[in-house]
Amino acid sequence: MSEHTNQSNEDSVVSVRAMDIITALLFLLVGLIVMIGSLKLGASWGSDGPEAGYFPFYISLIILLSSTVTLYQAVIVDKNKETETFLVKEPFKQVMAVLLPAIVFVLGVQLIGIYVSSALYIAIFMVWLGKYPIWKATVVSVGVSVALYLMFEFWFQVPLPHGSWFNPLEFVGVN
Amino acid sequence: MEEISALFNGFAVAMTPFNLLLMLVGVTLGVIIGVLPGLGGANGIAILLPLTFTMPPTSAIIMLSCIYWGALFGGAITSILFNIPGEPWSVATTFDGYPMARNGKAGEALTAAFTSSFVGAFFAIVMITFLAPLVAKFALQFGPPEFFSVYLLTFCSFVGMNKGSPFKTISAMMLGFALATVGMDTVTGQLRLTFGHPELMRGFDFLIAVIGLFGIGEILLSMEEGLAFQGAAAKIRGKVVLDTWKQLPKYWATSLRSCLIGCWMGITPGGATPASFMAYGVAKRVSKDGEKFGTGKMEGIVAPETAAHAAGTSALLPMLSLGIPGSPTAAVLLGGLLIWGLQPGPLLFVEKPDFVWGLIASMYLGNLAGLFVVLTCVPLFASILRIPFSIIAPVIIVICAVGAYTVHNAMFDVWLMLGFGVLGYIFKKLDYPMAPMVLALVLGDRAEDSFRQSMLFSQGSLDIFFSNPLVGGITSLALLLLFWPLIGKLISKKKTAAV
Repeated sequence: MSEHTNQSNEDSVVSVRAMDIITALLFLLVGLIVMIGSLKLGASWGSDGPEAGYFPFYISLIILLSSTVTLYQAVIVDKNKETETFLVKEPFKQVMAVLLPAIVFVLGVQLIGIYVSSALYIAIFMVWLGKYPIWKATVVSVGVSVALYLMFEFWFQVPLPHGSWFNPLEFVGVN
Repeated sequence: MEEISALFNGFAVAMTPFNLLLMLVGVTLGVIIGVLPGLGGANGIAILLPLTFTMPPTSAIIMLSCIYWGALFGGAITSILFNIPGEPWSVATTFDGYPMARNGKAGEALTAAFTSSFVGAFFAIVMITFLAPLVAKFALQFGPPEFFSVYLLTFCSFVGMNKGSPFKTISAMMLGFALATVGMDTVTGQLRLTFGHPELMRGFDFLIAVIGLFGIGEILLSMEEGLAFQGAAAKIRGKVVLDTWKQLPKYWATSLRSCLIGCWMGITPGGATPASFMAYGVAKRVSKDGEKFGTGKMEGIVAPETAAHAAGTSALLPMLSLGIPGSPTAAVLLGGLLIWGLQPGPLLFVEKPDFVWGLIASMYLGNLAGLFVVLTCVPLFASILRIPFSIIAPVIIVICAVGAYTVHNAMFDVWLMLGFGVLGYIFKKLDYPMAPMVLALVLGDRAEDSFRQSMLFSQGSLDIFFSNPLVGGITSLALLLLFWPLIGKLISKKKTAAV
């Protein structure tokens, strides 16, 4: 993202190069896991042809090779790229402002079902980040939840999660 | 001309009132998806796919492909009016489209964009109509080695055509293959790479990956860039449309060139985005007022829009005739075929002619419907973008979560979707391409099967991929593309040395 590259270093959370290195290392880890897994399955030639781990083994081998090159490029070749920033503080806060509530939202879907969590999530998001009056947020968020209910459970008969811990809408007949 | 009669049968299949209604619904939904940030052709269709499980397959594919056409059209609206490409393939449209809108010619710009999109799509559909049955007939003779070599070609061309680091492309692609192997092995029945986690037995569904990578990832990116919409007013009057149509034939050469570029890039998995850039670049170089490109030339809209649509449409050719999608969206449609119990590939033309020709006929009708819908309803679609991001963002995340859940009714998938979202965000910022990863995830099992069968034939010798001229030719072409970044470097080095 070129528009972030010329930002001053002070606000930088992490540089592109550091992120490249971390990602390449993670790729190496994935490659290793896949390789160990396929060796356990048997990656050679069985009595009836290639074993289950035959194909994944070579996949993991290629992952290890290609990410080693990426790692080499990031560590050795891109030494002077340190100044390029991957993330600056303010945008990073913005991203987290979406990501963290989204995680809480998904947890909510699992525990208390999708309808109540969606309504709460949208409403809180609107009031907190959009500075909307509470009544507007309520109208939009409840509207979306009701629309979801009608579309999925009613018209297409596809059940959505109602909450594994407790179902707050049990009393209105949503089971 | 058996294709013509088959096509007319197709029109008979597609022209039921129910299917026509689905077409309109699909196109409208598609334009909305194309206009909204975070929702695009691929993940929009992925989210709506579960809703079609109960429909007849032909109606389902008609609706889903119409969503795709709509999304292709929709991208142009935001590029021209707001200077925000709703889809990656409409980035090149902003170069001349937005300046035109700023000069008060928004109506002309939009009409030019929509019409050239239609022309590009139409060209590609005609090509599909006549070429796809031939390719399918030819491919009927393919055995596992031939199929594997075609898969190899598909994936190697990603490496050859991608501008970024080839090693990052390979890493991303192989990650897709690795994820595809997780779960039950279809040949031996063994559980692979689940490491004892029952949730992983189902494997990684590519629909979840698509929703996360393209949906959540996109929202995170838009949030970081901090969207502030400043749009030009949108209204298309009938007179403007007619006046613009009078001007457009002037650009027939640009249009034809862009059609060809688009079709080529669509069949080989280059995709709509590079096609649009390439067409824009070529038009700029060839055109008489090339220097004025970027200041609001209509030709600069015609070129990328025509190419993007030609590419987006012709991506369906390899999907229909070979079972190999040319783009992530085509991959999602292919996933749909599998879910409805259809085997994509050359046999589809023989076994399900109604389905194939119904789909092809619906492409003609769908694009016509699309042109009509976008020309008449632009102000409505533009107003969607005026909805602030703080409402759109949570609503889209909720929709993505619902879409991910309904694929298998599994909560675990929703968590996976979030994970893929973060992955998509990081990949995008580090230039790891996502299309090859998604395609690898879709085609992984099939590629592996054809590889294993080939290995069984040859008792483990790789020579089988060079055993006859056809398979040898495809394999050599694939290897050439794989090493293209290296070869290109050597050539340019020689050139600079000579100078």
